[in-house]
Amino acid sequence: MRTNFSTSDKIFDYVNYVVLTLLMIVTLYPFLNTLAISFNDAKDSIRGGIYFWPREWSLDNYRYVLSEKSIYNATLISVLRTVIGTIVTVFCSAMVAYAISRQDFVLRKFVTVAFILTMYINGGLIPNFLLVRDLNLLDSFWVYILPGLIGVFNLIIIRSFIEGLPDSILESARIDGAGDYRTFFSIVLPLCVPVLATVALFSGVFQWNSWFDVFLYNSSTSELSTLQYELQKILQNSNASMTQKSAGDAFAGAMHNQGTVTPTAVRATMTIVASVPIIMVYPFLQKYFVKGMMVGGVKG
Amino acid sequence: MEQVEVAEAVEYRKKPTNKFVQFLKRCGRQHALLVMTIPFLIWLFIFKYLPIWGWTIAFQNYRPSKDFMEQEWVGFQHFMFLFEDERFLRVLRNTLAMSGINLVLGFVTAIILALLLNELRVVVFKRVVQTVSYLPHFISWVVAAGIVQQTLSPDGIINELLLRFGLVKESILFLGIGEYFWGLFGAATVWKDVGWNTIVYLAAMTMIDPAQYEAAEIDGAGRFQRMWHITLPGIKSVIVVLLIMNIGYLLESGFEPQYLLGNGMNVDYSENLDIFVLKYGINQGNFSLSIAAGMFKTIVSFILLFAANNISKRLGEARLY
Repeated sequence: MRTNFSTSDKIFDYVNYVVLTLLMIVTLYPFLNTLAISFNDAKDSIRGGIYFWPREWSLDNYRYVLSEKSIYNATLISVLRTVIGTIVTVFCSAMVAYAISRQDFVLRKFVTVAFILTMYINGGLIPNFLLVRDLNLLDSFWVYILPGLIGVFNLIIIRSFIEGLPDSILESARIDGAGDYRTFFSIVLPLCVPVLATVALFSGVFQWNSWFDVFLYNSSTSELSTLQYELQKILQNSNASMTQKSAGDAFAGAMHNQGTVTPTAVRATMTIVASVPIIMVYPFLQKYFVKGMMVGGVKG
Repeated sequence: MEQVEVAEAVEYRKKPTNKFVQFLKRCGRQHALLVMTIPFLIWLFIFKYLPIWGWTIAFQNYRPSKDFMEQEWVGFQHFMFLFEDERFLRVLRNTLAMSGINLVLGFVTAIILALLLNELRVVVFKRVVQTVSYLPHFISWVVAAGIVQQTLSPDGIINELLLRFGLVKESILFLGIGEYFWGLFGAATVWKDVGWNTIVYLAAMTMIDPAQYEAAEIDGAGRFQRMWHITLPGIKSVIVVLLIMNIGYLLESGFEPQYLLGNGMNVDYSENLDIFVLKYGINQGNFSLSIAAGMFKTIVSFILLFAANNISKRLGEARLY
C-alpha cells in the first residue's frame, strides 16, 4: 500500500470525510427527527425546535396510536402477507427456476420467453383491476399473494444460481436414481439457500412495504388493511388539510383529537411504527441485499 | 447415464420419423418438470397475458353492464381525445420532466458518491457510510413520504434553517407550491436511492486493476486525475449500459412519491401518467379513456425498451436479461 501521502492528498481525504459525514447526517436526520417527535409531548412539539432528541419525553403518542384497535389487525395482516407471501413466492420461483435451468427440459425455451416477455408488456392498472374483480379476488387476502406470485427478476437470479452449481452434483444424483422431485427437494433447494435467502429478503421487504394493492383492491374491507395503508390514510389526511390552507397542525382529520395528540405527532408515531421492523432487521441483512443486487446485475 | 442414451438411440432408430411421438416421450420422462411448471404457466397466462385483452376496451365506449359483443366500438376516438386534452398533455410533460430529473440527478449523484466512497482508505468508515446510505432504499415510500412531509413542514428543519440564516422571512409551505414539486421530488428520490444506486458502480470499480493506479501515481497523477483518467473510464461501460436501459423507462417516472406527496395545490406539477390512469379509471370509472392512456404508455415503453436493449446488445454490453 501507499505510505507517504502528499498534502493535497490529505486535504482531499479530510474534505471527503466531511462530505460523507454530512451525507450521513442528511440521510439519518429525518429519521431521528421523526423519532424525536414521536417521543415528544405532542402539544410541546407545536412550539417547534425539536431536532435530534425529544424535549419533553412522553409516551402519549404511542399510547394513542396503540389504543386504536385497528392497528393490531393491520399489523397482523402485514405480518401474514409478509410471511405467507415470501414463502410462497420463494418456493414457486425456485421450482420454475429449477425446471428452466435444465438444459434438456422440453418447455425450457417456451417458459423462459413467456416469463421474460412480461417484463416488456403488461395489461396495465385498469385491466389488472378488472381481472382481479372478475376473478372475485376483491376484498380477499389472496389478492396480496396471487398477482405477484413469481417475479421475473427473482426467477432469473435463481436460475443463474442453479446453472452455476457444479454439474457433477446434479449428475451424480441422477445416476443414483433420484428423480426430478427428489433432486429438486433434497439437492437443489438446500444448495440454493443463499440465493433463496436474498430473494426472500427482497420479497419480504416488498410485501411489508406494499400499500397500493390494499388501497386498490381492499380499501372497503378494513379487516384486510395493513400498517402501510393505515399510515397512507394519515398522510392523505394531512395532505388534504394542507390543501385547505390550514397547514400542518390545525386540521381535525380522521383521527379525532383526544386533547393530548396532534396530527403531526400521530403521523410521526405511525411512521416509526410502520418502519421499525425494517430498520431493525436491515443492518443484519444488508450484505445479503447487496449480494442479491450483484447477482442480478451480472445478468441472467 | 450412458445406458439411457443408448436406449434412446435404439428407440430413435426404430421410429425415426414420428417427431410428435418423440416429443410426447420426452414429456413423459420429464413429467415431474411439467408438473412443476404448467400450473405457473397457467398462472402467468391468467395474471399477465389475459389482462392485455382488456386493451380492447380502449377502442370501445365501454359500459360495464354490456357484453363484449354489444359494446359500441369507436376506433381511435379516445386516443384522439387524449392528444387534444390539455390535462393529458400536462400529465405527459410532468412524466417526462420527472423521469428526466430522475435520470440525470440519479446518475450524477450516484457516480459522485461512488467515487468518494472508492477513495476512502478506512474500511470501517466506508462500511458505515454504505450502511447508512442504503437504509432509505428499504423503507416504503409511504414512510418516506411521511418523513418528507415532516422535513418540509412549516416547523421542519428546512424552514428552520432558512429562517435562521435569514434566507426567507417566513416559513414556506413547500409542498403547497406547484413549481417546487419537481425539485422536491428529485431531492426526495436522491435521498432515498443514491446510496443503493452506488452498488453497481462500486462493484465495477473493484474490477479496475490496482496496477493502473500505481503507475499513474508514479507518473505523478493526483487524486482527481486518477479519478478522472482511471476510475471513471473503468466504469464507463456500466454507466453507458445503465443510461441506455434507463432511457427505456422514460415514461416510468414512478407512481408512489407523486401520489403520496401530491395534493390539490401542486397537482399541476405532480400528476403523472400513472396517476392520470388511476384517477380516470378507478375514481371516475372512465375505463376506456384510462386504458387508452395506459396502453399508450405501455406501447411507447415497449418500443423504447426494445430499442434500448438492442443498442446495448450492439455495443456488446450486458443486456436486460
